[in-house]
Amino acid sequence: MSDSANTAPPLLQRTALFDLHLELGAKMVGFAGYELPIQYPLGVLKEHLQTRQSAGVFDVSHMGQLLIRAKSGRLEDAKVALEKLVPADIVSLAQGRQRYSQLTNSAGGIIDDLMISNLTLSPAITGLASPIETLYLVVNGACKVGDMAHIQKHLAPVCDITPLPQRSLIAIQGPLAVMALAEIFNRPEMTKMKFMDNREMNLGGHDSIVSRSGYTGEDGVEVSVASSEAVDLTRKILSDSRIQPIGLGARDSLRLEAGLCLYGNDIDETISPIEAGLQWSIQKSRRSGGERAGGFAGSDIILKQMEQGVSRLRVGLKPDGRAPIRGETLLFATEDSTESLGRVTSGGFGPTVNAPVAMGLVAKSHSQLGTRLFAEVRGQRMAVTVVDPTFVEHHFYRS
Amino acid sequence: MQYTADHEFVKLDGKTATVGITNHAQEALGDLVFVELPAVGRKVSKGESIATVESVKAASEVYAPLSGTIAEVNQAIVDAPNLVNEDPENRGWFFKITLSNESETKELLDSAAYQRLLG
Repeated sequence: MSDSANTAPPLLQRTALFDLHLELGAKMVGFAGYELPIQYPLGVLKEHLQTRQSAGVFDVSHMGQLLIRAKSGRLEDAKVALEKLVPADIVSLAQGRQRYSQLTNSAGGIIDDLMISNLTLSPAITGLASPIETLYLVVNGACKVGDMAHIQKHLAPVCDITPLPQRSLIAIQGPLAVMALAEIFNRPEMTKMKFMDNREMNLGGHDSIVSRSGYTGEDGVEVSVASSEAVDLTRKILSDSRIQPIGLGARDSLRLEAGLCLYGNDIDETISPIEAGLQWSIQKSRRSGGERAGGFAGSDIILKQMEQGVSRLRVGLKPDGRAPIRGETLLFATEDSTESLGRVTSGGFGPTVNAPVAMGLVAKSHSQLGTRLFAEVRGQRMAVTVVDPTFVEHHFYRS
Repeated sequence: MQYTADHEFVKLDGKTATVGITNHAQEALGDLVFVELPAVGRKVSKGESIATVESVKAASEVYAPLSGTIAEVNQAIVDAPNLVNEDPENRGWFFKITLSNESETKELLDSAAYQRLLG
């Protein structure tokens, strides 16, 4: 028997919750340059189901947080500047709201995917003399150094870019997450926040940035807190029996079942937002004919793809059998065709659907729902069906 | 009970070896979700990859620890792979081999040697 899992690379950083993870019995692995829990004693399957049925807390402090403010002091100028780097409508992003977008490159590929919020932050968070209006970004951990350089390079003349390395990020996800947090911290107003609302909130004495979002397909929040207070905050959250600590293993199966892209697997610098099925994140104002059409890196290619279509698309893949089909598996039209027409980008076992689930990039000619394809696993062709990648319905709180 | 360096256990009963993965192996793999076993009657050589397990984390191969013919497989772990996590060295066994070369058993590790391997 041999374990094909990768070993941890050297020189890993630790998050503020490192000791707490060990105390909770976590198995640690290297991920995005950090030592993070892959699972706790509960195990991946039960952690996954716990999050779908009750609530879980995730340490996502490896992710990058940063503020973008215009040198002019006008939020409007920062919004206009950021639209040069992302295809989302940032100008219309209301105070207290958040949008999902991508940093694109000139070839129309994705440098990273990210969350962008329009926030008012108090001196308790910023250490400044008075409240500020700012754009607040959360980017992927593995990309954050490159993202910072990219944003600096393009926005530095107009904007001040402030990374927030002293802040941790804790996600609390699941159907009972928001109710439990509102009770623990006596913040009933948290239950009134809508999906993609984001606001500063004091949680038990900890000045936090609370966003009603996450990456599991469940209702929940992501909480940014000073790293010096992250352990205190997390202990208070874990004192509630409805909430259990959840590792990266279940985080991956949760996002995969929810059909959400993992940067580096399902999207990367060679895959466009249109190929990845993310055109919903490009608002009308940035599309051809919109009031601020294009104007972002790769917009000529991306907008053309929106009008004329693409030659390959991201799809969900449901294997016939019980065997999981992993990333990089090649896909074929028939049991004996020699030319592959796509590949699996993420795959594994979905504990909630209780079956293997996968997504992949396939030729548009074979991307229609219901198309039968064959995945080559250990030399054998296994039948899969093209399906909507949302294997588990999203439970976001919209009203 | 004897062991291999590939984290398999072997229970010998005359010319028949019952084989599975050790408790250490199931702990390292995590929750199993899929098991593929060899066909009964298949002739296998020592060291040959003859079964596959998939956990929530990754796929792994299981090797024939000894040469012979597959006499029986444990369908229960195909139907419920978590049996391997719950009871790896008893109800979670994988297959039985009718040995063709009993001298190979001399290379198996005893419990103490296997424990030393785990460190």
